[in-house]
Amino acid sequence: MTLELAADQGTRITPQDVAHSPLAIRGLTVSYGQKPAVFSVDMTVQPGAMTAIIGPNGAGKSTLLKAALGIVKPLSGQVTVYGKPLDDSRARIAYVPQRASVDWDFPTRVIDVVLMGLYRELGLLGRVRARHIAKAMDCLNRVGMHDFADRQIGQLSGGQQQRVFLARALAQDADLYLLDEPFAGVDAATEKAIIAVLKSLKQAGKTVVVVHHDLATVTDYFDHVFLINTRKVAEGPVDEAFTAETLQATYGGRLATAQIDQISRALG
Amino acid sequence: MLWEALTLQLGYNATLVAIGATLLGLSAGVTGTFLFLRKRALVSDAISHATLPGVCIAFMVMVALGGEGRNLIGLLIGSALSAWVGLLCMNWLTRRTRLAEDAAIGAILSVFFGFGVVLLTVIQTMGVGRQAGLEGFLLGSTAGMLWADAMVIAFGGAATLALVMLIRRPMMLVAFDPEYAAARGLPVARIDLAMMGLVMAVTVVGLKIVGLILIVALLIIPPVTARFWTERSDRVVLIGGLAGGLAGYLGAALSASAPNLPTGPIIVLVSFAFFAVSLLLAPVRGVLAAVLRHARFQRRVHMRQGLLALAQGQTIYEPLTLRLLRRAGLVRADGVPTDKGKARAAKALRDEKRWELVRADQAHEATAALYDGLRDIETVLTRDQIEEIDRRIGGPQGVTA
Repeated sequence: MTLELAADQGTRITPQDVAHSPLAIRGLTVSYGQKPAVFSVDMTVQPGAMTAIIGPNGAGKSTLLKAALGIVKPLSGQVTVYGKPLDDSRARIAYVPQRASVDWDFPTRVIDVVLMGLYRELGLLGRVRARHIAKAMDCLNRVGMHDFADRQIGQLSGGQQQRVFLARALAQDADLYLLDEPFAGVDAATEKAIIAVLKSLKQAGKTVVVVHHDLATVTDYFDHVFLINTRKVAEGPVDEAFTAETLQATYGGRLATAQIDQISRALG
Repeated sequence: MLWEALTLQLGYNATLVAIGATLLGLSAGVTGTFLFLRKRALVSDAISHATLPGVCIAFMVMVALGGEGRNLIGLLIGSALSAWVGLLCMNWLTRRTRLAEDAAIGAILSVFFGFGVVLLTVIQTMGVGRQAGLEGFLLGSTAGMLWADAMVIAFGGAATLALVMLIRRPMMLVAFDPEYAAARGLPVARIDLAMMGLVMAVTVVGLKIVGLILIVALLIIPPVTARFWTERSDRVVLIGGLAGGLAGYLGAALSASAPNLPTGPIIVLVSFAFFAVSLLLAPVRGVLAAVLRHARFQRRVHMRQGLLALAQGQTIYEPLTLRLLRRAGLVRADGVPTDKGKARAAKALRDEKRWELVRADQAHEATAALYDGLRDIETVLTRDQIEEIDRRIGGPQGVTA
């Protein structure tokens, strides 16, 4: 059932697509212990698109992202970024981890976190100069956090923390942005600010991939979806791959029929 | 006597020890900060205990080769080798088995230390009167320190410090956000190993002065002390280094100022004194500051709630609230508001409305983040901004305190 769906939905992927894709994954399997979290997944991210990775809790969404970035070591599989091995394309990727993955009582200020995005430019011993500060401030400005530059990160609300993480990613000047649940537990203002930034990135020709959990906003925010429940269920443009049928296949009984109806109606 | 010690006038040996201890404290404080921020402080305890078998084996090898068993460089190389083995074992246990790090620390620490004590006993029965006080490495022993020993410690400490400063940026990135660091292609596991290697170097360098049991105090207490005084990681490193260096210097001087005071333990106690003072008196994170802040906050809450209750004509029963209002001359002894009280109450109510608008307005986000229900709005907005907000509220104008 799932395999057929996947085959149906994907327009045929050619080797050229893989070579041009900002992120192409082949046969990726990740396992914690004996139970695979992600099993034999193929993914071909469309350049210049905004893609949502969608699936139930524990479906391997974050794991897929982490394995693609080499944070988690996959059991098998191959990842290419712009047609090259991951390690040759690191500079083109910016990653926004889940907010809860760090200790916010760490002794550091907002501006220092954003400056971490300039790690490559600064090098081991390079001094932080006025232009670095200016760039970091510009990135904070883009997420509406410039007034917070000198605050200790522990004083921020969850949404503000998330925007600081986004600003750090912006500072990298990357081409591919991978975000892990950026909208989880944030206020409405933050959600608006983040989506505005992501759309501006898309406008600038960048590629954005977001692990997303809110089915209601998928059609508003994204143009591509990737549905996963350990295995890939469907992949493609929202109007083709984000349907009542694929959602049913992804979520099984976990999604109330009413929810699916609602989404189907929203999709027209 | 203490003054002479502090000004390095107590003779050759005391001066050597003081210089060595200062440099050791400095490099231990700086190196330990990274370990502390990475939340792996106790790893240093396992590393230090794992040095003992190496010291003993090095001694036996040097004696067997017909050399001088007490050669400090030889002993330190031996201790470094066995500490490195212990470190790799612990890394392997943590990464490749389901054993948690604390269990791995306990296992390595006790096994290596136990083995070391066995070797130590064997050496003592070897007789020949050459066993050279290897047990001095347990708690440090500075009595017979030579110029060459001091040089080894000084150069070792300085070299470690230089290496730490060289890789401080990747270490800090890994300490704050290891996943992000990995996503950027940093070799997180190798950076961690390098950090622990540097901790090991400090430990080995410090064996002669503070010994393997107490070196962990010099690695952990200074950074913890420093954390009380600042919210910036680079300053934690700096203050940690200074606190460690100063503790080393003062401790060495103190122990030299009276006969039979052990150097290492005194250094640790001085370091602890810095910690205790910081714990109590640090301006923001200290215990005293926290207590005062809480009491002040409580008074402000009561004051504010009292004013709002007055504004809405409610009766106040809470004794603390009444006492505060009375002391400020806002209510009479019978609980009836004075004119001043009425004015302040009206203003409090208006401020509530102003804050409500500010908090709902995205343009005022940075200001809204300061909201705690108590802050006077004049302290965060300009007069023009307040007027603009008042226009939006409408109603009677010019309500001021």
